[in-house]
Amino acid sequence: MYPASFKVFVPKSLDEALELLAKYGEEAKVLAGGHSLIPLMRLRLVKPKYVIYIGKIPGLSYIREEGGVIRIGAMTTHNEIEESQLLKEKNPLLSETASHIGDLQVRNMGTIGGSLAHADPAADYPAALTALEADVVLKSAKGERVLKVSDFIQGPYLTDLRPDELLVEVRVPVLSGAFGTSYKKLYFRAGDFAIVGVAALVELSPEGSFKRVRVALTGVGEKPVRARGVEEELEGKEASEEAIAKAAERAKEGLNPPSDIRASSEYRREMSVVLTRRALIEALRRARERLKSQ
Amino acid sequence: MARERRYIGKRIKRKEDPRLITGKGLYVDDIHLPGMVYAAFLRPPYAHARIKSIDTSKAEKIPGVIGVFTGEYFKDKVAPLTTAWALTNADLKPVKWPVVAYDKVRFTGDIVAVVVAEDPYTAYDALEAIEVEYEPLPVVVDVEEAVKPGAPQLHDEAPGNIAFKWTFRGGRDFDEVAKEADIIVKKRFINQRLIPSAMETRAAVASYNPATGELTVWVTSQNPHVHRLIMASVLGIPEHKLRVIAPDVGGGFGSKIPVYPGEVIVARLAMDLGRPVKWVETRRENFLGTIHGRDHVDYVEVAAKKNGEVLGVRVRTLANLGAYISTAAPGVPTILFGLMLSGPYKIKSVDVEVKGVLTNTTPVDAYRGAGRPEATYILERMMDIVARRLGMDPADVRRVNLIEKAPYTAVTGLTYDSGRYLEVFEKALKIAEYYKWREVQSEERRKGRLIGIGISSYIEMCGLAPSRIARATGFGLGLWESVLVRVHPTGKVSVYTGSHPHGQGEETSFAQIVAEELGIPIEDVEIVHGDTAQTPFGMGTYGSRTTPVGGAAVYRAVAKIKEKARKIAAALLEAREEDIEFSEGKFYVKGHPEKSVTFQDVALAAYTADKLPPDVEPGLEAIAFYDPENFTFPYGTHIAVVEVDPETFKVKILRYVAVDDAGVIINPLLAEGQVHGGVVQGIAQALYEYAVYDENGNLLTAGFNDYMIPTALDVPNIESYFEETPAPHNPLGAKGIGETGTIAATPAVVNAVLDALAHLGIEHIDMPLTPYRIWKALKEAGLLEKLKAGGE
Repeated sequence: MYPASFKVFVPKSLDEALELLAKYGEEAKVLAGGHSLIPLMRLRLVKPKYVIYIGKIPGLSYIREEGGVIRIGAMTTHNEIEESQLLKEKNPLLSETASHIGDLQVRNMGTIGGSLAHADPAADYPAALTALEADVVLKSAKGERVLKVSDFIQGPYLTDLRPDELLVEVRVPVLSGAFGTSYKKLYFRAGDFAIVGVAALVELSPEGSFKRVRVALTGVGEKPVRARGVEEELEGKEASEEAIAKAAERAKEGLNPPSDIRASSEYRREMSVVLTRRALIEALRRARERLKSQ
Repeated sequence: MARERRYIGKRIKRKEDPRLITGKGLYVDDIHLPGMVYAAFLRPPYAHARIKSIDTSKAEKIPGVIGVFTGEYFKDKVAPLTTAWALTNADLKPVKWPVVAYDKVRFTGDIVAVVVAEDPYTAYDALEAIEVEYEPLPVVVDVEEAVKPGAPQLHDEAPGNIAFKWTFRGGRDFDEVAKEADIIVKKRFINQRLIPSAMETRAAVASYNPATGELTVWVTSQNPHVHRLIMASVLGIPEHKLRVIAPDVGGGFGSKIPVYPGEVIVARLAMDLGRPVKWVETRRENFLGTIHGRDHVDYVEVAAKKNGEVLGVRVRTLANLGAYISTAAPGVPTILFGLMLSGPYKIKSVDVEVKGVLTNTTPVDAYRGAGRPEATYILERMMDIVARRLGMDPADVRRVNLIEKAPYTAVTGLTYDSGRYLEVFEKALKIAEYYKWREVQSEERRKGRLIGIGISSYIEMCGLAPSRIARATGFGLGLWESVLVRVHPTGKVSVYTGSHPHGQGEETSFAQIVAEELGIPIEDVEIVHGDTAQTPFGMGTYGSRTTPVGGAAVYRAVAKIKEKARKIAAALLEAREEDIEFSEGKFYVKGHPEKSVTFQDVALAAYTADKLPPDVEPGLEAIAFYDPENFTFPYGTHIAVVEVDPETFKVKILRYVAVDDAGVIINPLLAEGQVHGGVVQGIAQALYEYAVYDENGNLLTAGFNDYMIPTALDVPNIESYFEETPAPHNPLGAKGIGETGTIAATPAVVNAVLDALAHLGIEHIDMPLTPYRIWKALKEAGLLEKLKAGGE
């Protein structure tokens, strides 16, 4: 499969990249790991006039704790996120989610910035990042914007990224207290996008009740969905698997998932409940372990 | 022979592997010739349309474009493709497949125009600049719709879209045995369309030498000589002026048997343009334009007695052929399907009628197993359903029906050569711990777990096969195999086989046969295949025929070599020929092992030629054409144990046991590889793969995103065991092993999944059993609530 003709720029600094975007942004695509863009170009579904490859810019790949948040550079690969000790300790939801993306070859090449900018409606990160109420940092020659991931992603393959902007960083909170997380993904074939993916975060009070519950789903709508009904139902209540089972039914509230050749909207709705329950139960167990060890 | 075998039966690592796994193979895409140009094909956006006009002027003006060629260009220069399996007594219609469409397109993989350019990028740019005006026509993709009165018609030659109607009756009359039956089970099964998905897409390079009039075509093919024969005829050039080379071939699974428009187009253009022309299929084109497999709707009736004895099988099949009749297509849903409908069972009546139906879809032809998986699926599903209806264990139903001993003449007229069907069945049950799993199943069901056990006992006709039978069915050629074994003066051996292994490993297994029989190191044997200028006319690799037919030819040729070598050895040792013994690569005088010459000494003497007996010619080589007297009939039992998630309905295979009897195994490592690959493709049909068209004839699964071939993470550990009952008519005792896994695995897994759900009261769900499709079937049957309530 042969893409249409395009010109490639390989900026060596962030400033150079932003200059290029300011000049060519309307007709350019940014290339990071290439796992979404290159197949689309090869099928000629996307025919950018310019491709700006950001892989040679130093300092775009990092995971570090700073000012109470964990900052992740846009060029950080899924595998680096999966393997990060810092994330495993302080935000295991993100590393667990990364471990469900594609296969090892994909995880070695694909980047968090590329995945978010591509905004596939069934991608794994958006569920976790929505549940974590994470931020993305967008830079242009004119300045910087920080947006919530849930605001940044506007629809299928649609984001608030402006033509002259580059997604440079993702910020997730340092989790503390008696928290537990889980990402559950229903797929039919290993390595595929989710039929339904559910990210859950549970924080218990010292007495063992639900202090904070966050649930977000992917694959069930045009963009990641917060299951606010489930969260409300549980927060403040005594933690139990029965309570979760009951609350999880509310995961399908307001959902209108897509139908495709793989599964119907209704199946995805039903599975949203099942996976929400399973994710919350696992998150609860992990939170309880943490509570016990504290 | 009492002596220990050195090579046959040994787990020898593949000689071809170091080359292939280090990226040093030579595939068609690796062929680069001076002055070579690139072809790209324009495929239509409609599955059925009249071509009103084509404007190529813009494309032609793009720098680097050498020419744009439409159907009008090829119409009178190249004959249309027709099938090579002219099924007899079936009213086969003479459907023609123009290599480039000129009046109508009939599926989205048809070719409307060809661009030739200096590089592939320019060629694909130019495709986008071609303007075609179409008049869309009504589309039909479904076989049941296509045979209805008033359905859109694809070809004038095939009214009602019926390409052929084949009937077969074996044994007693079905209605008669039905009168003796206690139950009649009727079912409609869909054997869904699959896409072969070889790792290497198809490709061709053609180069013409005007000085000699010779055309050389490199093409991914399972049968280069068949390619040459058909292409010479279609192109109208003498066969001896065409050389076909199929270098390393990256898998075929049947999809590289047929002759397609692509290779014919580049061949013709190479002649016309005077420059070598290359075409490499894109993956999307492979999905659209390379044959698909299976795609039946089967209406099945089975008559059984209350002890489980199945008396008769009646099948009415609509087989989707796609838009044209591909090279071997008519034989697949008929001979290779209908004749297998009594399986390894003592069934007394088989009654089959198959309509080959044309639709606006990709042509369907042989895909691994080709007809036999479809037949086995019907029988094995029915064995389970009969068991269910009679309240019997599915194992017991098979016990009642399995053939006790071979040779056995089935009601289909086939003579099963050798086998211990019941014994192998019992062995599989034992290894898989069948009865232990039955206990686990009922215990765990109480806890809400859904565990199922599926059995599949199969037999297949393979090692395709005796020429007299092939010809009687209308097959265009005989089905023997050839080999030339050439011993060089140093005693090294080159084997030029008419088979064409493309992943199976015969560069190793054929070398094992030669090394064993000549007592020489395996390193001294080279297998040469794939080039019509080097190898004798041969039939190629498909139908699990390479070892039992091609390998038997090797054995026969080596026997001729030994016979001549013995004569030469006798002369060298100044002894009588009958006193010469041959062992471990040495000829010696009986009783005087010190008086010996090595095989290498003899080889040299054959070429120095000064000490040859008077009746012996110089040189040491032999050719053999082996035409088997019968098919070989491997058989076996596979058992799958699965767990179905009671909420998501995702299936996990907990255990998979395959016990296969393919006669003498030349190399267990390779045979296991065949079983593993076959089983994975069988599981793929059961749980993952299906080609989906929308009502307009667009293939919705035209990429690996949407077409789910399972990955290594999706498949279980496969426990493979062999029994070895030699094929009595085969010089090696070998039977085919290439397709057994694909044939056996699909029903084993489907039976297991439905066994896990049977207590809910559901009898059948059509494949693939994806989580969604299971959920949907249970929902439509109103069973989801029952399951939530505990399933009882």
